[in-house]
Amino acid sequence: MPTFDFNDDSVVVIIGSGAGGGTLANELCQKGAKVVLLEAGARQSPATFINDEWKSFMQLAWLDPRTTSGTWRVAKDFPGLPAWICKTVGGSTAHWAGASLRFQPHELKARTTYGDVKGATLLDWPLTLKDLEPYYTRAENKMGVTRTHGIPGLPGNNNFKVMYAGASKLGYKECNTGRMAVNSRPRDGRASCLQIGFCFQGCKSDAKWSTLTAEVPKAEATGKLDLRPESHVVRIEHNDAGKVTSVVYHDSAGKQQRQKARAVCVAGNSIETPRLLLLSASSKFPDGLANSSGQVGKNYMRHMTGSVYAVFKDEVNMYRGTTMAGIIQDEAGNNTKRGFVGGYEMETLSLGLPFMAAFLDPGGWGSDFAWFMDNYTRMAGMWLVGEDMPRETNRVSLNSSVKDKWGNSVPNVHFDDHENDIRMRDHAHMQGEAVYKAAGAVKTFRTPPYPSTHNLGTCRMSANARDGVCNKWGQTHDIKNLFISDGSQFTTGAAENPTLTIVTLAIRQADYIAGQMKQRAI
Amino acid sequence: MKVVPIIGGAPPISACSEESGTVPRLDLPLTRREFLQGSGVLTGTLAVGSVLVTLAPSRSWAIELKSLSSAEGETLMKMGRVLYPHPKLPDAVYALLAKDLDADAGKSAETLKLLRDGVAALDKAAGGSFASASAGKQLEVVKAIEGQPFFNAVRGKCITALYDNDIAFATFGYPGASWDKGGYITRGFQDLKWLPNPPAAASPPSGR
Repeated sequence: MPTFDFNDDSVVVIIGSGAGGGTLANELCQKGAKVVLLEAGARQSPATFINDEWKSFMQLAWLDPRTTSGTWRVAKDFPGLPAWICKTVGGSTAHWAGASLRFQPHELKARTTYGDVKGATLLDWPLTLKDLEPYYTRAENKMGVTRTHGIPGLPGNNNFKVMYAGASKLGYKECNTGRMAVNSRPRDGRASCLQIGFCFQGCKSDAKWSTLTAEVPKAEATGKLDLRPESHVVRIEHNDAGKVTSVVYHDSAGKQQRQKARAVCVAGNSIETPRLLLLSASSKFPDGLANSSGQVGKNYMRHMTGSVYAVFKDEVNMYRGTTMAGIIQDEAGNNTKRGFVGGYEMETLSLGLPFMAAFLDPGGWGSDFAWFMDNYTRMAGMWLVGEDMPRETNRVSLNSSVKDKWGNSVPNVHFDDHENDIRMRDHAHMQGEAVYKAAGAVKTFRTPPYPSTHNLGTCRMSANARDGVCNKWGQTHDIKNLFISDGSQFTTGAAENPTLTIVTLAIRQADYIAGQMKQRAI
Repeated sequence: MKVVPIIGGAPPISACSEESGTVPRLDLPLTRREFLQGSGVLTGTLAVGSVLVTLAPSRSWAIELKSLSSAEGETLMKMGRVLYPHPKLPDAVYALLAKDLDADAGKSAETLKLLRDGVAALDKAAGGSFASASAGKQLEVVKAIEGQPFFNAVRGKCITALYDNDIAFATFGYPGASWDKGGYITRGFQDLKWLPNPPAAASPPSGR
């Protein structure tokens, strides 16, 4: 692997190696660009991943201090942990479950479709599904998404059997093991799924697509990638002309380094990405980089989420097998007769005993709680994930009263559920319970949201520079050689798990960046 | 002091074997009684036929406390049972709660005071001894302090102390790591028989 010189200003610096950054790095390297990939976390591998929830959490999760505010329940249950995302090479693709769904056409036109929803800052995306389709196809092929490109679906586990039985009794038509970036057959040098049941802890059989094992090694093989793990970026610098020129980071030894760059792509997930732009404020850009619109950090979305767990008379053993290979899509469309705009997906979910204790009913105790735990092997579970409303007041900002170990202000994540989010969650909980009752549940439980895994929108793309941070290529409106390359660019959240779309946008962005460099526009 | 662990010590992440995928778990450090020298000791005997017997070197167990007294430890165990009442879970697991709280108390004088004062308040509210009060009285006393710092400290610790150990895994039927056994591809990931199987279009046959 080459080590590019700190003063080599011909390299593209990418900050973050997750779904967006890791994919972008590989795509650019394949086109011959020199890439320095800075990742705050350490490098693991399928061999070092751990089949143990707490140990894996300590190994992979982003645990730097963060604060929360707002009326969302996460602020009460997990005040220092607004998000369950990763600090490791591969980012949160180490943790993700693999659900890979395309957006629906109307979701890219949220403002037009849903209208002027009070208290929401809805906007149409500056691109359409047609623009994205060829890139979705490339992303699905790259990731080996089941039920695309002739790849068979995954076999359903016990948890899916329960979901399917309830869904069909209820009259739902769209229930199957889903489109998953988890190999149902060996593919692309990675093995097929062994139904281990620890998808969230890093896939030890390497059946699940991740940038750690699928993108980074391919990029390394080009000889164009300089991956620097344990490199925490604290500042992006610019010149008098207002172009970014370098990034400052702390390396694995804690030493401060400065890497020059031709272009900088920020992919630190939707909390760290806006934080870094805000931390990089200068006399020229006193409100932070790329923030002439004032939108950096705003419109934070985290999906309407919730879960339903149900106890049955007989054994389920839901923890066995691919965690999220099971979906009901009948509620995913926009049907305002339900009392809300947008839609939601219902996806199988399981937690091991330690995390079930932590997440079933955070703060809960007593004999009812104990009863659910006593019946752990008879439980089935599903996750509910739907489109939430962007709001200007839901935002990531700097909390100057709390500093991280580098002395920088930590991010505060403020969130209040929109009325639409609450109505959708109520509906989703009701339908989730109905599915399990139809399958014969003895008792059901409505679990509140976990710390956010889908963090979106804090540097959103917009047609007009007034309304957002970047254009339809993820290029910031203010600074031509500064790009947003993760879920922060999402204009709205859509109902679907975001990773496939993040990867799709990264492939598309790589084409654009390569073209811009060729034309010497950047 | 000789510590007789169930399987390995309190293992760091680095103790996890990369080759076999073995994950050593937080275990119950059973200590030979005659070597105990701490501030308190909690002891017990596992019921014959208990799942723990197969995990432990002997039926008798003992846990040494370094900061809290035996009586304080026992009160915290009882409070753990009020918070998370699992008749199937042996006292040895609730003793882990006392042990973990004792460890926190050893690191912080503030925590030690919080726990000491909390236990004293429980006893007072129970009319002398929380540990020997009726189940109904214990529940009433705990309910009355819900949300207070002492309550939160004990309840929060329960989550990791009670549910993340081999004995709890065995009691609740959760096997933990599966990679070292080849996952569930040939070990029952779809063995549920009390519902019909979904059609192949929804759930295709396994590729293996």
